[in-house]
Amino acid sequence: MNKTLEQKKEVTILFAGDSGDGIQLTGNQFSDTTALFGNDVRTFPDFPAEIRAPQGTVAGVSGFQLQFGSSDLYSPGDKADVLVVMNSAALKANLHNLKSSGIVIANSAGFDKKNLKLSGYGDENPLHTISEKEFRIHEIDITKLTRTALVDSGLGTKEVDRSKNMFVLGFLYWMYNRSLATTESFIKSKFKTKKHLIDANIKVLKAGYHFGDTSETFTSRYDVKPADLPKGNYRSIMGNQATALGLVAASQKSGLELLYASYPITPASDILHELAKHKNFGVKTFQAEDEIAAACAAVGASFAGNLAITASSGPGIALKGETIGLSVILELPLVIINVQRGGPSTGLPTKTEQSDLLQALYGRNGEAQTVVIAAKSPSDCFDKAYQACKIAVEHMTPVMLLTDGYMANGSEPWAFPKSADLPEIINHKTDKINSDKGYLPYLRDENLVRSWAVPGTKDLQHRVGGLEKDFLTGNVSYDPDNHEKMVKVRAAKIAKISDFIAEIELEAGTIDADVLVLGWGSTFGAIKTAVKDLSEEGYKVAHAHLTFINPMPRNLGAMLKSFKKVLIPELNDAQMVHVIRSKYLIDAIPFNKIKGLPFSIEEIKAKILETLPS
Amino acid sequence: MTVNSNKLSAKDYATDLDVRWCPGCGDYSILKQVQTVLADEGVVKEDVVFVSGIGCSSRFPYYMDTYGIHSIHGRAPAIVSGMKIANPDLSIWMITGDGDALSIGGNHLIHLLRRNFDINVLLFNNEIYGLTKGQYSPTSPKGKVTKSTPMGSIDHPFNPLALCMGADATYIARTMDRDPKHMREILNSANGHKGTSMVEIYQNCNVFNDGAFEDFTDKKRKAETTLYLENGKPLVFGENQNKGIKLDGFKPIVVDLDSTSVDELWIHDESDKIKATILIGFFSDPSDLDFLPRPFGVFYQKDRFIYEEALINQVAEVTKRKGKGDLDSLLAGSNAWTI
Ligand code: SF4
Repeated sequence: MNKTLEQKKEVTILFAGDSGDGIQLTGNQFSDTTALFGNDVRTFPDFPAEIRAPQGTVAGVSGFQLQFGSSDLYSPGDKADVLVVMNSAALKANLHNLKSSGIVIANSAGFDKKNLKLSGYGDENPLHTISEKEFRIHEIDITKLTRTALVDSGLGTKEVDRSKNMFVLGFLYWMYNRSLATTESFIKSKFKTKKHLIDANIKVLKAGYHFGDTSETFTSRYDVKPADLPKGNYRSIMGNQATALGLVAASQKSGLELLYASYPITPASDILHELAKHKNFGVKTFQAEDEIAAACAAVGASFAGNLAITASSGPGIALKGETIGLSVILELPLVIINVQRGGPSTGLPTKTEQSDLLQALYGRNGEAQTVVIAAKSPSDCFDKAYQACKIAVEHMTPVMLLTDGYMANGSEPWAFPKSADLPEIINHKTDKINSDKGYLPYLRDENLVRSWAVPGTKDLQHRVGGLEKDFLTGNVSYDPDNHEKMVKVRAAKIAKISDFIAEIELEAGTIDADVLVLGWGSTFGAIKTAVKDLSEEGYKVAHAHLTFINPMPRNLGAMLKSFKKVLIPELNDAQMVHVIRSKYLIDAIPFNKIKGLPFSIEEIKAKILETLPS
Repeated sequence: MTVNSNKLSAKDYATDLDVRWCPGCGDYSILKQVQTVLADEGVVKEDVVFVSGIGCSSRFPYYMDTYGIHSIHGRAPAIVSGMKIANPDLSIWMITGDGDALSIGGNHLIHLLRRNFDINVLLFNNEIYGLTKGQYSPTSPKGKVTKSTPMGSIDHPFNPLALCMGADATYIARTMDRDPKHMREILNSANGHKGTSMVEIYQNCNVFNDGAFEDFTDKKRKAETTLYLENGKPLVFGENQNKGIKLDGFKPIVVDLDSTSVDELWIHDESDKIKATILIGFFSDPSDLDFLPRPFGVFYQKDRFIYEEALINQVAEVTKRKGKGDLDSLLAGSNAWTI
């Protein structure tokens, strides 16, 4: 039959189903395929809060949202154009995320009596009660069609049902006119020698595709042309993976072996998983007995001359606090990564938040500053992880890198660099006695940085420790003046790093804008898009995004003071506002969301409009 | 670890800092024996690292002219683990106390032991918190009256070596500050063991817990209350070496050598885990009816793979299989495209 082809500039799809339905895999496959086709893509996996929630319940729903388009994108989209649901719980959890007159593609087998009851719809099937004016509903019995496709496969029902996500994927590839090749080769590499599974999955994938062609209910397909992205070599990357690669790159470029010590925690564990795969880069991973041990193992490795990293999420960082303090006073390079999640305490492990900012800045006893850097998007995690290592090693200091669950699990196309183009990393290792009084471990260079004499180096034996130390010898000192001097010099060393980092520039807008939106971290995409949209509508809005939180860029104060209004959107209860107000005496306007979810573009736009002079 | 050809003396391993323990503290003896052993073995100073936590004993690294970290309370086992992974060639000595190792750092200690890093652990047990001026510790006996337990401690104490055995330690020994010669022997043997060598040292805190181990150090009583272990030798003790230990099934019993032949005695075998476990259980008080002499020496020693070597082997194996990693292909991944 004749199918029409409709042009679209961008499309947002939300896949949702039970955690066993393969939703994340489906979403990732669609993203990879459409990225390879040349679209810009942003993704947002939304994991169920409870891993073992009962099947068919709202608590067990896993979601994956992605936006792809033919122009630059910065976020996975607000509301979806298409909502794919594998059961009634998935519909219940996500219908409010669908645009009005959006498309629902529902697996009708997931709307049987049992599922309707479990999801709380009761006896009424919402697919039959939702008004066609509001949404366009397409029911497909995906379970039955998958079973039919595999009737001769010899596989058991369980295995057959497990491949129904391939039907969905095949069908969406048809809808958006995408090739099956990427997913076919993925299936082949996933199942390797299990030929019967390869054949079965590809068969179902194709069945989904052909269903689109032959089914009478679908009359239109959509065309989303490739985006006009800058020239370069691209791949698709997730945030945690990018962080891991940034660490490996820093190890390779600095010539320092990498030791990554951590304790499993959501949402940081994937960094450990990724690094554990790269032992042939000399990467050593150590899964410690607890968070404290992970941080301490990293300090031990740093003392011995490795590039030492530890990572966690908020609760784990709290446990590492004392050890981070130790690395502050020892003045050893250490990178601490916090993949932030909702807090306090165990909080919301699978949800995103930016509420560990003040912990990063102040969460230790004593005057104990570390450098604090925040990444802003999945691929930016690579740059910031690399930079965190560079600063730690070049300035002999702990560096805290803040990412969050949203960017850690989200993905986007990444114009990856050539290794030769990455900046050099110079370390301070020494084998020389640096004074006529012998080796002085705390003698500093012009940047207030001490040298790094590692065990095994002849004649440079020295002792360091957590007690306050003498300005030069590093021996224990209780001298009052020496203590104040040491506190100040450790702080001055961090402050001086602002000479080595770029000045902050406006991402968008001009200096005479009516309001500056100052962001940090993963709010980047939503702010960038909101400011772009409003500027196109004629509003005078500017956007600046902070990477360096301690020390801050040297021109930040002047920049902020040149705007009449500064608006700071954050996924916390106004932590950056607190910092900016106290540091620059600027009455920044807070805009906060603490729901474990990222900002939508609409929310930011509305707040900017409210802030603008009427 | 390399061995120095220009022989150094014990003094060469000392720093020029004043040692700050209380006069008469058992720590002095331990410091001296460690320096002597390093000198005897001709260990190269720059290859040695002393790592400690917090407590009186943990000041130790400052007095050794080697590399050292005086770290944070209880965490030395984790620090040495990372250090050993970073550089397996270092000779690492961990200095800790009963509070540091068994209370605040208990978790790290058991994991260090099961992983079996090649490290020497010296646990200075003085059954008290000295640095914080005299609170009971996890090894203080029940009923111990201290500043924090004016009515006597109601904590059941640890048998530290039983804990170590439970964590599958591969080397377990005990010695005491008052027996320098024995201590040197044990330190030598511990340093020779490949794996985590756990040496408990009874150390007198003459300020806050003087005489805690008097039962075993008092010249008059010592012979009856202590049992010196020697591998392959029968368990004999007593004023005139006239007593022995015999096993009746799994039950150790004290026998009189006037009436029992030496041939019937328990022969110490460091490789026998079950017997070592029974020996470690010799933990009663001389006032107890079923008192058994307190053993000193090496209880147990076993060869087991060490963590850092296993890790290095994995790295080598993967590198052999996949080739040395190429950063550019890692960055490109397997699904790159060009615009
Ligand atoms: S308090 Fe006790 S253990 Fe500490 S130095 Fe003094 S005597 Fe030694």
